[in-house]
Amino acid sequence: MREGLLAALKRLALMRGLSSERLKGEKQLRLRTLTFELPYKQDNQVTQDKKITKTQELVYKLKVKDVMTTDIVTVSPGNTMNELKEILRIRRIAGTPVVENKRLVGVIGIDDLIRCLSEGEMDATVGEKMTRKVEVLYGDEPLAHAVNKFNQYGFGRFPVIERKRGRLIGILTKSDMVTGLLKRLEIAYHTEEFRHNNNNENHVFNNIVMDKTSFHFQYRVNGQDFKVAGESIYKLKQILSQLGFPPPIIRRATIAAYEAEMNIIIYSYGGCISVSADYDHITLEARDTGPGIANIEQAMRQGFSTAPTWVQELGFGAGMGLPNIRKCADTMDIESEVGKGTHIKIVIKNTNGNGK
Amino acid sequence: MTLSEAKEILDATVFVGHEKLEMEVKTAFSADLMSDVLAFAKENSLLLTGLTNPQVVRTADMLDIAAIILVRGKTPPDETVQLARELNIPLLSTKYILFETSGRLHARGIVGCIEKVGVDEGA
Ligand SMILES: Nc1ncnc2c1ncn2[C@@H]1O[C@H](COP(=O)(O)OP(=O)(O)OP(=O)(O)O)[C@@H](O)[C@H]1O
Ligand SMILES: [Mg+2]
Repeated sequence: MREGLLAALKRLALMRGLSSERLKGEKQLRLRTLTFELPYKQDNQVTQDKKITKTQELVYKLKVKDVMTTDIVTVSPGNTMNELKEILRIRRIAGTPVVENKRLVGVIGIDDLIRCLSEGEMDATVGEKMTRKVEVLYGDEPLAHAVNKFNQYGFGRFPVIERKRGRLIGILTKSDMVTGLLKRLEIAYHTEEFRHNNNNENHVFNNIVMDKTSFHFQYRVNGQDFKVAGESIYKLKQILSQLGFPPPIIRRATIAAYEAEMNIIIYSYGGCISVSADYDHITLEARDTGPGIANIEQAMRQGFSTAPTWVQELGFGAGMGLPNIRKCADTMDIESEVGKGTHIKIVIKNTNGNGK
Repeated sequence: MTLSEAKEILDATVFVGHEKLEMEVKTAFSADLMSDVLAFAKENSLLLTGLTNPQVVRTADMLDIAAIILVRGKTPPDETVQLARELNIPLLSTKYILFETSGRLHARGIVGCIEKVGVDEGA
């Protein structure tokens, strides 16, 4: 039971886009005082990891209702599938609970919608097409139960209901849980308000208040493992977006991180990417152990590449990476020692969209 | 134009993203070199390419590419389809060659996401 929970937490910590089966080797996600160490070895080794104790404690202390999303979209059994389609499209969601007199009576989602679309039944009502037997969570259950339930059913979300009267009070997604945990494991929240133009609808975690936030994110990159390239950056991107950075800034950080990560994978024995985000700038460092770069000036030149054939076959290795990192950055420092490794540090200023 | 119009024009097969065909697209970038895609492609553009490995999808996601259109009748491997599904990026395939694909879309109003590379970044 305990092991199952930890394994689940590991998976949750990886959030979306990071399926654990595809992750080999060690991944690390560090957020200030919290370290999720995720060694893909034996679960019992993880159990001994003291760093996860705090999380374990919280997972029992926190209740589902403490972290669930309460601002939810619902439909009623009388809505037509056509209306449902519009709702899902506008709100960009994959499914919604069906509610009658505040009580949960079913769920309906994209799958049902597609079936109706293909069978020309868009005038049918939600009540006819919904799934009535719904797995739910109760608001007063500890998060630990929820973790297990996500594991057991493999669903992306559960409606949360009040135990007494069966009223729908919210929805719990995996992101809600991770965000809830991370929030309490204190990603330092400062009080200064951070004004940002919040026109990005793609917020994954819409239940975090976006204050001025200083935040640190770090992960390991293994040499030669091209398959997982970019998986952690997917997560980084979501977090930066969640922190309220403007999309152009996020793009530059994302691209620079991806180029740096690919270089570590292709040319080094392994390394690590770390990103610190303060509201007025993002610092990104890529450090590796490896052969190093003998002639930095040459490596920085567009078109210079020593990429092996297998990399070229994938469509990379054109000598564009380092120049692209420089293009994305406001400042870039690169140090390298032959036989030891390479260290790149870049800063991207958050000019609130008026940057490069 | 909408992605669904592009699909018609190119007589394309949809592997992922049937539900996103109504999205509007205005710009595109064509390349068989992901290094260049990373350096030059812009958000919300179509990516036209003959490469089919999963890293193409990954790269498209990094750049917030609207949809990927594989050219020259390429069939994406399962891993690529799966990743596109996971990352929610429409993935289409057309039998037209890259030149024809680009030309047909351009003739109907789709333009390059950039016209030329900048003076300081030309190869
Ligand atoms: N971390 C590193 N360790 C050792 N050598 C490196 C490292 N990063 C880059 N290099 C060297 O610098 C060259 C240029 O790197 P750059 O990222 O600009 O282009 P590339 O990786 O060859 O191609 P692309 O990035 O376009 O896929 C590489 O071919 C390699 O020889
Ligand atoms: Mg490179």
